[in-house]
Amino acid sequence: MAPPSTLPTGVPAEGPETTSSTPTATAGGVQQLLSADDVTRVVDRIAHQLIERAASSTSSGDGLSDLVLVGIPTRGAPLARRLAARIEAFTGTAVDVGTVDITLYRDDLRTRGVRALEDTRLPDAGIDGRLVVLVDDVLFSGRSVRAALDGLRDVGRPRAVQLAVLVDRGHRELPIKADFVGKNVPTSRTQQVRVRLAEVDGEDGVSVTDA
Amino acid sequence: MRRHLLESADLDRADATLVLDTAAQIESALAGREVKKLPTLRGRTVVNLFFEDSTRTRISFELAAKRLSADVINFSAKGSSVSKGESLKDTALTLEAMGADGIVVRHGSSGAPHRLATWVAGSVVNAGDGTHEHPTQALLDAYTIRQRLGRLEGVRVVITGDVLHSRVARSNVWLLHTLGAEVTLVAPPTLLPVGVGSWPVTVSYDLDAVLPQADVVMMLRVQGERMNASFFPSAREYSRRYGLDATRMAKLADDAIVMHPGPMNRGMEIAADVADSPRSTIVEQVGNGVSVRMAVLYLLLGGPA
Amino acid sequence: MTLLIKGAQPYGEDAVDILVRDGVIAAIGEDLSVSTGRTIDATGLVALPGLVDLHTHLREPGREDTETVLTGSRAAALGGYTAVHAMANTDPVADTAGVVEQVWRLGGDAGLVDVVPVGAVTVGLGGTQLAELGAMADSAARVRVFSDDGKCVSDPALMRRALEYVKALDGVVAQHAEEPRLTVGAQMHEGDRSARLGLTGWPAVAEEAIIARDVLLAEHVGARLHVCHVSTAGSVELVRWAKSRGVEVTAEVTPHHLLLTDAQAEGYDATFKVNPPLRTAEDVAALRAGLADGTVDAVATDHAPHAGEDKECEWSAARPGMLGLEQALSVVVDTMVDTGLLTWREVADRMSVRPARIGRLAHQGRPIAVGEPANLVLLDPAARAVVDPAALASKSRNSPYAGRELPGRVVHTLLRGELSVLDGKVQK
Ligand SMILES: [Zn+2]
Repeated sequence: MAPPSTLPTGVPAEGPETTSSTPTATAGGVQQLLSADDVTRVVDRIAHQLIERAASSTSSGDGLSDLVLVGIPTRGAPLARRLAARIEAFTGTAVDVGTVDITLYRDDLRTRGVRALEDTRLPDAGIDGRLVVLVDDVLFSGRSVRAALDGLRDVGRPRAVQLAVLVDRGHRELPIKADFVGKNVPTSRTQQVRVRLAEVDGEDGVSVTDA
Repeated sequence: MRRHLLESADLDRADATLVLDTAAQIESALAGREVKKLPTLRGRTVVNLFFEDSTRTRISFELAAKRLSADVINFSAKGSSVSKGESLKDTALTLEAMGADGIVVRHGSSGAPHRLATWVAGSVVNAGDGTHEHPTQALLDAYTIRQRLGRLEGVRVVITGDVLHSRVARSNVWLLHTLGAEVTLVAPPTLLPVGVGSWPVTVSYDLDAVLPQADVVMMLRVQGERMNASFFPSAREYSRRYGLDATRMAKLADDAIVMHPGPMNRGMEIAADVADSPRSTIVEQVGNGVSVRMAVLYLLLGGPA
Repeated sequence: MTLLIKGAQPYGEDAVDILVRDGVIAAIGEDLSVSTGRTIDATGLVALPGLVDLHTHLREPGREDTETVLTGSRAAALGGYTAVHAMANTDPVADTAGVVEQVWRLGGDAGLVDVVPVGAVTVGLGGTQLAELGAMADSAARVRVFSDDGKCVSDPALMRRALEYVKALDGVVAQHAEEPRLTVGAQMHEGDRSARLGLTGWPAVAEEAIIARDVLLAEHVGARLHVCHVSTAGSVELVRWAKSRGVEVTAEVTPHHLLLTDAQAEGYDATFKVNPPLRTAEDVAALRAGLADGTVDAVATDHAPHAGEDKECEWSAARPGMLGLEQALSVVVDTMVDTGLLTWREVADRMSVRPARIGRLAHQGRPIAVGEPANLVLLDPAARAVVDPAALASKSRNSPYAGRELPGRVVHTLLRGELSVLDGKVQK
């Protein structure tokens, strides 16, 4: 189940933030980090980086047939599809996309409770021997990524697994690092980072909320 | 989701749908995988407490629990302290002391899982109690119908056989009703409970009359011994009036399906060529049983203890 | 031995003083006083003749782990009883003069209530051969009520002979009306709930068919018949019909059938398993109406103690029966008095006068009047309390009223002028 979007309507959105200083909340406690246009730009940039990475990691061709983008639900899934669409737009080559639901691999079910599962779908060609890029919206403790890695291990043996995230907000609890980052956002632990995507939330944007 | 699964009568539509959706997700997550195992219930202990022999149900639960990485203990009443007169309560307290997180119980006495649930802290899953309920069977039946027909709302389900003594019938009546299906019970009046009039079903004594409108025909096992208590004159007469053979099956709509919870009495309530026909979901039901039971165990045991 | 009871309200009417001397009511009047003996203040308390139970299982001999004549007598006294009929389904069965005399002597030793043994109708409750009814009647126990309770005398020919035979003894057959072929494996009332709960049904017709047969038999042979624990609207109707024909039939209803319904089976707590089973709300209403108009003559407890392990188990494995002696009067206050269905005089009639008459107990069920035996109960009708099974005097804990708040507290009980209960405390 998708966590609800918490951006209150009527809060004026600020202009795009370009520095990497700790965001300070407005009077409403909500600060816009990325506008819809910013999200589009960031996705395009990561798409370009993926194209380069695919090409550099293969000895022949563009390497895109080797690449699989695997989104972590909820918002990693549409993000992966967007990246694939952009890559196809830039190169004319379709890229395989999948999703891996990590709920059954989480180590925090006992404290956070069970939740409804989301889709796990992998391309027919599988992931064995390929370059898998996990896609998620926010990188925080790293536990979701750890669960996704466990999930991938049970479905195949990729040549390599890399990680792309829209936002890296720090506070890692595991030795995990993203290979592609849309925006680094220093936050305090108590703040909440909200990513909104049109496919799930009806609009694009990233904001941070004081707890 | 509640702490226990004791009867389908207390599942609301949201709970029931959550189980079915979860089962579908688990099935697709595991589809085509070599490693059909998930770490979800690692460190949790599930006890299969079977006071009645039912190898198929026990194996189904065992596989479900193992695929979720739970530790599984099979506690069969035969040859154990239970057969030496230990009470259900003492058994429950023993399992409790051993730290069972979940107890899957099959018992010949209606309501035994309810009693058990009052004595243990863990979750209790009813795997069939007397002539009361068998909720995971109903969930897997509903799952199978949804999978085959794509829906449950408005689906016309005919349940035929020994409704009086059938926990499968009771569980299906409540669950299918909750999920929006229309249930018709068909049986000789002797095999319908007094009080069936209060159930949300249509009752008929005439199988031939209801078959043409049915989307699903679910055949219940009928024990031949029932004739000794005059529930019907003979197995032959029962089979003629209420058995599903090829002639009767021909009255079904083209996409109607035939279900049976097993074990079947071939030649009694169902003819062999019907059981083996493409309409039959009997083999799918077995496979779906594992997915549905995984979903139940995940939802009951996955969260905070 | 002198006891002065100040300010009691006989039958809930005007307050008076009651002077008890040598086991007899010596005077009733205003502002009585005595120079010696004890005086108790009974202001606000209702005085009734000591209650008489036609149907008690005291479990001795045989199951002294669940109840004894002594513990059952204590429970009875605390419930306001001065006489109880001890059912015959003990081990050994009370089917000989020897066993009934043993029970009778144990009752005398306890000395809290008159313990009146019921004799079995058939040898070993086997339903095939008459027990020595005459020998039991002639014994020191002076048995007048004969019953195979727990089992039905289902053989119609045998029932006919029993009805006929006890005429010579001024006795009565108390029938547990249950056609056994209709209740094979039965667990609860057969109806909507049994259908859903998957418990084998105990149909009303199994009780009613026997009552219909028995009243016709009693009419045919001109004998007295008593029907134990009627539980259905149809049974009340049959008894009413039989009485209108002049049949000498009497009937009893239990407190639990006046209060509880088959809804209690939800959750499968076997405390609520009883035989005959708890019925529907319609049946409860008919039983109350029958008791109110006198069709049903008596309230009888069917007090049935059981060990914990016989109740803390699967419903179908549990033994049927529930405690009743200590809460019977409270349940009657709750269901019949507070609802306006019975006056206090009628309570006395249904719980003392008529049961004593049915059991042919000359010194029980007598009016509160000068010269009568001082068998009395004094209760506070306004006091309400939550039933705590752990606090019961019975050796067993299978009370269906656990946790339920009920009105009416028995404060004092007198057996032949002796206080068996004082201030809610049993004296022996
Ligand atoms: Zn009885």
